[in-house]
Amino acid sequence: MEAFTVVESVLIPLDRANVDTDAIIPKQFLKTIERQGLGRHLFHDWRYEDDGTPKADFVLNRPPYSGGKILLARENFGCGSSREHAPWALADFGIRAVVAPSFADIFANNCVQNGILTVTLSADEVEHLFQAVQSRPGYGLRIDLAQGEIQGSDGWRTHFEVAPGTRHKLLHGLDDIGITLQHKEAIARYEAQRREQFPWLFRG
Amino acid sequence: MAAQTLYDKLWDQHRILAEDDGRTLLYIDRQLLHEVTSPQAFAGLRAAGRPLWRVDANIATADHNVPTTDRAAGISDPVARLQVDTLDRNCREYGIEEFGMMDRRQGIVHVIAPEQGLTLPGMTVVCGDSHTATHGALATLAFGIGTTEVEHVLATQCLWARKAKNLRVWVDGRLGAGVTAKDLVLAIIGQLGTAGGTGHTIEFAGPAVQALSIEGRMTLCNMAIEAGARSGLVAVDERTIEYLQGRPYAPSGAEWDRAVAVWRQLVSDADAHFDKELRLDGSAIRPQVTWGTSPEMVLAVDDRVPDPDEAPDAVRRQAWSNALQYMGLRPHTPITDIAVDRVFIGSCTNARIEDLRAAAQVVQGKTKAASVKSVLVVPGSGLVKMQAEAEGLDEIFRQAGFEWREPGCSMCLAMNADRLEPGERCAATSNRNFEGRQGAGGRTHLVSPAMAAAAAIAGHFVDVRHWQV
Repeated sequence: MEAFTVVESVLIPLDRANVDTDAIIPKQFLKTIERQGLGRHLFHDWRYEDDGTPKADFVLNRPPYSGGKILLARENFGCGSSREHAPWALADFGIRAVVAPSFADIFANNCVQNGILTVTLSADEVEHLFQAVQSRPGYGLRIDLAQGEIQGSDGWRTHFEVAPGTRHKLLHGLDDIGITLQHKEAIARYEAQRREQFPWLFRG
Repeated sequence: MAAQTLYDKLWDQHRILAEDDGRTLLYIDRQLLHEVTSPQAFAGLRAAGRPLWRVDANIATADHNVPTTDRAAGISDPVARLQVDTLDRNCREYGIEEFGMMDRRQGIVHVIAPEQGLTLPGMTVVCGDSHTATHGALATLAFGIGTTEVEHVLATQCLWARKAKNLRVWVDGRLGAGVTAKDLVLAIIGQLGTAGGTGHTIEFAGPAVQALSIEGRMTLCNMAIEAGARSGLVAVDERTIEYLQGRPYAPSGAEWDRAVAVWRQLVSDADAHFDKELRLDGSAIRPQVTWGTSPEMVLAVDDRVPDPDEAPDAVRRQAWSNALQYMGLRPHTPITDIAVDRVFIGSCTNARIEDLRAAAQVVQGKTKAASVKSVLVVPGSGLVKMQAEAEGLDEIFRQAGFEWREPGCSMCLAMNADRLEPGERCAATSNRNFEGRQGAGGRTHLVSPAMAAAAAIAGHFVDVRHWQV
């Protein structure tokens, strides 16, 4: 997994609340058995006409945003289905961070598994960023994960919180299974005890 | 020991170890697998050369992609077929029990696991599907996960998680005639909002919840995620125990008695602390209909479509306005004036036998409105289908001009051939009314099975409370 240290990019404004995972990646693209290649379907219904031509007014189709790495949205981003295809599509498009006032839990969790940082700011701070992007097209953002600091190209800056474990994982691009298996004795011990106490939970 | 909520108890019982920042390693008792969110997990396991940790903790079925028409004909879409074949192959390779497409136990993963007794109180249950919350109706800690976590559970039988807060939704009184668990949960989402439960586990409690059947409680917990909560819960009571007795994978004999004694402790202590509480009067709840593109955009059937100019803030004004435009609705239109093109009765929310009975009761002796193009009735499992047929429900539906289908997720998310055309309006018993959810450009109104059936007959929404008489 790609480590997340400092990411600098134009900020892509998507001025919507409750952006759901069906909107991020519609179901017709979930039939794949691969993780890669979903970036071209990201926000499909908003991004393309029925005949497949890109909609000129959709933000991801307009430079400089089409090459952006940081997405800005309103509250409850990523609500709905648990499909990891949503962060896969974001990552494949090149998105490294999403900034919003709040995120749906499963989605935020899935992002961490794919090296995407979710930055939770206050609704006022997010409003400020939307205004900044509107008044200065091409407005850029620099996110420093180790420092927990975000800075705008106009000098505006603020801090954000990330749980230490999550930060460590992102900073080093770690995946969990290896870490977890370091505890395999503890897991086996717990499991043996559970089997003894509640044998009906074990069919085999 | 301090008083604990049911969630506190379930959490503590599955805690293996915790890191300083609260990240906790939880043991997972049951993983449910389906074709859409598992292929990349198996591929990851294989690529790393890791063995499966515990084979009997897993159970698999294909539900999202399967056709609801003649099963013997197989799957015509080659991409969907590859996904289902991949699940079959993975299960064979790793020795995981699978209810395949031709097995009568096949069905929607959240319908078949409780039906088989594969979901038992006190378990942690996970699945690569957000509606895993459903299983909380049997006092399990059940939540949806992504594919990377599916792989993690396959390899370690554990997950890293952070404890959520406790939210109790307490429902006094009793639901009125014609008002169901679906109406209750939609009304709850309307009050909490689609993110109101984010970061929380919801325990549904109170007289109106206790009066619900286990199937009704599944409907309730199923949609916890639509209020932002990964898990919903209902405590164990006599109904829970009655429901489980005799299920194929439930314990029996002396082990049953031992299990029941353990299960009876799966309730919140009387003085347990909840971080947040919502109280409702169940007797005041009316049949609900969503009008917009988020489940929180919901009203009672005798209300009118709202006006964005009356929205409480700018963000919602914009959201309401977008929703009305997408839904092709004008402010102040009575809900009962909204005509539907198609009706879908099914999904992990409402495709159990009681749901089909409730729909059939409304339909009996009537036929669908000529203006309604199609009505799909999709049972939640092969066994639900057989039971419905034994009761003659399929005949009631067929005589009304409804289509009686094979089990699967079907038009809830329209991954298979069952879908809306652009602009078509659907009364659906499923759980999400997002843009494009039932087909690009499709317009979804979420309702109960009885309300959906009545809309199919009348051609537009009607208030089943009065319509039945």
